[in-house]
Amino acid sequence: MIPELGHFALILALLLALVQSAFPLAGSLSGNRAWMTMARPLAYGQLTLLTIAFAALVQAFLTSDFSVLYVAQHSNTLLPDIYKVSAVWGGHEGSLLLWVLFMAAWGAAVAAFSQNLPLAMIARVISVQGMITIGFLLFMLLTSNPFERLFPVPPEGQDLNPLLQDFGLAIHPPMLYMGYVGFSVAFSFAVAALIGGRLDAAWARWSRPWTTVAWAFLTIGIMLGSWWAYYELGWGGWWFWDPVENASLMPWLVGTALIHSLAVTEKRAAFKSWTVLLAICAFSLSLLGTFLVRSGVLTSVHAFATDPARGLFILIFLCIVVGGSLALYAWRAPEVSDGGRFDLLSRESALLGNNLLFVAFTVLVLFGTLAPLVYEAFNWGKISVGFPWFNKMFLALAPFLAVVLGLGPALRWKHDEPLRVLRSLWWALGLSIAVLALAATPMFDDGGLWVPVGLALAAWVTLSHIAIVRERLKHKGGLTNVRQALMADLRGSGRSFYGMVTAHVGVAVFVVGVTMVSSYNMEVDVRMGPGDSHEIAGYRFEFMGADQVPGPNYIAQRGEFHVYRGKREVAHLFPEKRAYLGGGMPMTEAAIDAGFFRDIYVSLGEPVGTDGDWALRLYYKPFVRWIWLGAILMALGGSLAVSDPRYRLARAGARKPAADSAAAAA
Amino acid sequence: MKARQKRLVFVGIAVLGVGVAASMALSALQSNIAYFFSPSQVHAGEHPADAVFRVGGLVVTDTLRREGDGLTVRFDVTDNAKIVPVSYTGILPDLFGEGQGVVARGRIGTDGVFYAEDVLAKHDESYMPPEVQDTLHTAHADGVVETAAPSAKPATMTVTQ
Repeated sequence: MIPELGHFALILALLLALVQSAFPLAGSLSGNRAWMTMARPLAYGQLTLLTIAFAALVQAFLTSDFSVLYVAQHSNTLLPDIYKVSAVWGGHEGSLLLWVLFMAAWGAAVAAFSQNLPLAMIARVISVQGMITIGFLLFMLLTSNPFERLFPVPPEGQDLNPLLQDFGLAIHPPMLYMGYVGFSVAFSFAVAALIGGRLDAAWARWSRPWTTVAWAFLTIGIMLGSWWAYYELGWGGWWFWDPVENASLMPWLVGTALIHSLAVTEKRAAFKSWTVLLAICAFSLSLLGTFLVRSGVLTSVHAFATDPARGLFILIFLCIVVGGSLALYAWRAPEVSDGGRFDLLSRESALLGNNLLFVAFTVLVLFGTLAPLVYEAFNWGKISVGFPWFNKMFLALAPFLAVVLGLGPALRWKHDEPLRVLRSLWWALGLSIAVLALAATPMFDDGGLWVPVGLALAAWVTLSHIAIVRERLKHKGGLTNVRQALMADLRGSGRSFYGMVTAHVGVAVFVVGVTMVSSYNMEVDVRMGPGDSHEIAGYRFEFMGADQVPGPNYIAQRGEFHVYRGKREVAHLFPEKRAYLGGGMPMTEAAIDAGFFRDIYVSLGEPVGTDGDWALRLYYKPFVRWIWLGAILMALGGSLAVSDPRYRLARAGARKPAADSAAAAA
Repeated sequence: MKARQKRLVFVGIAVLGVGVAASMALSALQSNIAYFFSPSQVHAGEHPADAVFRVGGLVVTDTLRREGDGLTVRFDVTDNAKIVPVSYTGILPDLFGEGQGVVARGRIGTDGVFYAEDVLAKHDESYMPPEVQDTLHTAHADGVVETAAPSAKPATMTVTQ
C-alpha cells in the first residue's frame, strides 16, 4: 500500500510540475499576477509530494519490503539500518528519486529565501525548475520506477553492493547530487533572466549565493568520492581520471569558472553573456555526467549495469535542455549590453584568465573522456585514454592557474599600476622564489622538477593572500590589534572576502598535497608470511598473520600488522578481506594509519600457498590528507562567502510591488 | 579605438592559447591512447608489436595459476574463438574471477604472452565492459560455438543488446 502511495505521489508531482512550468511563466509574460503568485506554493507542493514519495521508499527499505523490486535488488534483512537508508540511493531508481527530491528542495528554498526577488523573476525561475523536474519525473516513471512490484515476493533481498556499505559512500551521492542539482538553480536563474531580457548586476547578485552553495556541495561530494576511492578500493589512489569521476569534475570546473565570472558581473556588470553561457554549461555538464554514468557508453571502473533505453532518454533530454537553452541564448544574448571596460592589468583580466583556464581544462577533460566514443563512431578503433594524458594536461594548465590565483585578488578592479602591485606583493614573490630555490637544492630529498614548482606555487598563493588580508586590515586601521580587527571585519561586511581567502588557501593546501603525494609516494606489492617484515620509506611492516573474523553480514579474513619506525611502534593495523553473505563478491578493506603528514596503508590481496602467506600491498603516502583538507577549505570558504550579510540586505525590501510590475513589463 | 585594440589583444591571446592547448593535447593523446583488441584480432596479428594496447574477454576457467613468487599470476583470456595467455604481477582486483569478463592493459611479449600492467576492476558483478560484450557478440555471430570456456555461465556468454 505504501509503495503505491509513493508511486501515486510521483505521478501527482509530475502533474504539478506541468502546472508549475506553464502558469507562473505565462503569468510573468502576460503580467497576470495571480498566475505568478502560484509559483511559491507550487514549489512547496512539489517538495511535499516528493518528500512523501521518498519517505515511502525509505519505509520500504527499513521494513525490508521485498515485494518492491528495487528493494529486493538492493537490500537485505542482514543489512545494518543505516545502510538500509543509504541503500535507497544505492541504485539507479533510488538515486534518481533523490535527485528530484533535491531538485524540489532547491526550488522550495529559492521560493522561501528569495523574498526580495521580483515576483516575475521568481515565477520564471520556478517555472524553469518545473520544466527540468518534468524531464526527470518522466524519466523515472517511464524507465525507472523505484516502486515497481515484484511477484512472487522473494524471502530475502540481493544485498547492497558491499562497496557501498560504507559511511563515506553513504553520504557521497547526496552531496554530489546537491551540487549537480544546485547548478540547476543557476541555470534556471540564467534562463529566467534570458526570458526576461534582464541581465544585470542584480541578477548576478541573486544568482551568486545559490551557485556558491551548489559549488560547495559539489566540492564536498567530489572530495568524499576521492577519499572513499582511496580507502575503500584498496588501490591507494585518490583520483583515477575515470569517466565517472570526470563526469563530476567537469561541472565543478565550469562551476568554479561560473562563481568567478558571476563576481565580475555583480561588481562590474561585465562578462554578462559569458556568465549566462557558463551557467547553462555547468548544468548541461551535470546532465551529461548523469548520461555518461547511467548509459554505460564508456568503460569505467565505476560503471554499474545499465540499460540502453535509459541512456537514450537522458540523451534526448540533454539535447532538449542544451539545445533549448542555447537557442534562447543565441536569440537573447546579443541584446545584452556589454558592461564595463577594463585594462590589461586589472582584476577583470585575472578573472578572465581564471575563466579561460578553467574552461580550457574542462574542454580537455571532456575531450579525453569522449575521445573513445569519437574514435568508435569514426571506426578508428576502440581506445582508452590513459590517465597520464590527463595528468599532463592538468600539469600544463595548473601552474598558470596558481600564478593568476596569487595575483588576481591583489589587483584592483578596472585598472591597476604595475608598481603598486609590486609594492604590495614583492615579499610574497621573493619568499616564493626562495621556496623554489630551496626545494630545488639537492639537500631537499630529490622528488623531481614538480616538487620545487608545486611548493613555490603553493607558497605564492598563500603569501599573496596574507598580503591582501594585511592590506585590507591596514585600510580598516587595525594592524595594531589584528585579531580584534579580523573579528570585527568578519562580523561586518568582510565575510565574502575571507571566504575567498579561505577557499584560495584551500587551493594552496591541495597543491601541496598533490605535489608531495605524487612525488614521494611509495607502494609495493609483496608476499609475506606470518612473522615476515618489510620496510618502505623508513617504516617497517611486520605481518602477524591473518585470522577469520565474523562481521554482521560478512565473514572477514583479518590480517594483523605492527608498523615500526626505528624501534618505536607507530601503528597497529588490521586490514580485512570480506566475503559478504548476501552475494559472493569479496571486498578489500584496507587498514590505514592516517596522519597529518603521512598515511600508512596496508591492503590484503589474497592468500598464497598453504603456509598462511598473503599477497599484500603496502603504501607510504606523504601529505595525502592535504588533498581533501584543501577541498574542505574550499567548501568552507564558499559557505563563509554565502553568509555575507550583503546577500540578505534587501530581504525585508518594501519596494517589492514596484519592482514586480517593472519586471513584468520588461 | 583603444578599447577595441585591447579586446583584439584579448581575443588574440585566447585564440593562441586554445591553439597551443589543442595541439599539445592532440600530440600528447597519440602517445597515451591504448587500442582494444580481441584475442582473435591478436591471433590475426592486428595488434601493434611494441605499443601498449588492451585485450579483453572472459577468463578461461581452470587456467588461473600463480608463479613461484606468489605475486605473478597467469590466466587465459578468450573471446570464445581464440585464446591469449596473460601474465600479471601484483594484486588482482576483488572482482577478478574465472569465467568473468576482464580487460587487461599492457604489451605482448616475443613469447606470445600478454604482459599486463593493469587489469580492469569493476564495481558491480553484473557489469560487463562494453568492449568485452562486443567481442563476445562478434565471436558468437561468426558461428563459433562456446567451446573455449564451457563452464562459464550462459548468462555472461550470450549477450543481448
